[in-house]
Amino acid sequence: MSSPAETPRILYCRCAYAQVVPQETKDAVLRHLSEGGAAFDSVADLCEMSARRDPRLKTIAAGGPLKIAACHRRAVQWLFHSAEAPLNGESVDIVNMRTLSPAEACARLDAPDISPT
Amino acid sequence: MALSPGVHILLYEGSGASPLGSERRFGILTSLLDLGYSVSRTGIGACLSPEEDTLLVLGDFGGAAPVLEDAGGKVQITAKNIAGLDAVAVSSLVEGERGEKPMNQPGRWKPWFPVIDYSRCTNCMQCLSFCLFDVYGVSKEGKLQVQNNDNCKTNCPACSRVCPEVAIMFPKYSGGPINGEPVSDADVNREKMKVDISALLGGDIYNRLRERSEAAKSRFSKERDSGKALAERKKCLTKLASDGFIPADVLENLPSPEEIQRRAADAAAKAQAALAAAGA
Repeated sequence: MSSPAETPRILYCRCAYAQVVPQETKDAVLRHLSEGGAAFDSVADLCEMSARRDPRLKTIAAGGPLKIAACHRRAVQWLFHSAEAPLNGESVDIVNMRTLSPAEACARLDAPDISPT
Repeated sequence: MALSPGVHILLYEGSGASPLGSERRFGILTSLLDLGYSVSRTGIGACLSPEEDTLLVLGDFGGAAPVLEDAGGKVQITAKNIAGLDAVAVSSLVEGERGEKPMNQPGRWKPWFPVIDYSRCTNCMQCLSFCLFDVYGVSKEGKLQVQNNDNCKTNCPACSRVCPEVAIMFPKYSGGPINGEPVSDADVNREKMKVDISALLGGDIYNRLRERSEAAKSRFSKERDSGKALAERKKCLTKLASDGFIPADVLENLPSPEEIQRRAADAAAKAQAALAAAGA
């Protein structure tokens, strides 16, 4: 569990290069983030960033508590690893938009705590 | 094919700028993301730093956009006033600002490459031996690595099928566990009954590997002569094609049997060297 003082940052993946995440879910989650007041980062495609070892993945991984709205946890975890940007499993909550409903995914992002799965 | 994004975008709604409105903000975000850009919405907590990119700050500034400068002098910062522009117009503006900077974009290259789950990988090198396209390599420490992901054949997850530990993922694949879903016992057992892909390589490579790797799961034990190997390869190709597991265009573009033999021998030698070094 992260410290209450540390608000998890949010990273949203659009999966724009293959679209294996249901359109309805990723649109609903992005709309939810867009309507909220919090800052967040969004990327076109984490796979694409991992493929070219985007140095920003290291920045993301090293930045403390984090919620990532993307796909399967195992895939996201090792995508970061393959980009030499290993995630700290204890402080990262991977919200799987591939399997969760839009409501479930949004609720996970809104929750103040990190829920490693 | 993997190119830098070139431009990082910041949607700014802080002091000196008007709020964009949720519908317009959503439209701009989706439009830019679907073009392949990374976009941050401002505020405390945004975690992406622009690194070496150009940072393009977009906001409803209500007048001339401010002149901004990176105190560190590393990032080129440009601010643009997007007041009155819809999502399409904002995307055009961003594309214009990017100019000739190279950038991969959706539809151009699908990021298709193996991702290794090292919590499962036993370093048996079967994937390295199997792959004819030099995707895999070995680190200085003797650890299996994906070294040439651009060589991977789009939509072909075949190497994941030769992995006895279900350690190879293709996140863009449709089904689990190859797409990264949790691996079940049933998945592991199913993997033990995989297609005899060694026939593609023409014979006894796995025998040699098996002798050198305690981790490798044995599946093929009989010796094969070259004629029999070729016949089995043809049978294997037919099965792979009929299963729809390897895209037809990949099968059609496989090198000649002789070239396959040569590449397979090279890959096997690399794998054997790595295994020998690990066992030394």
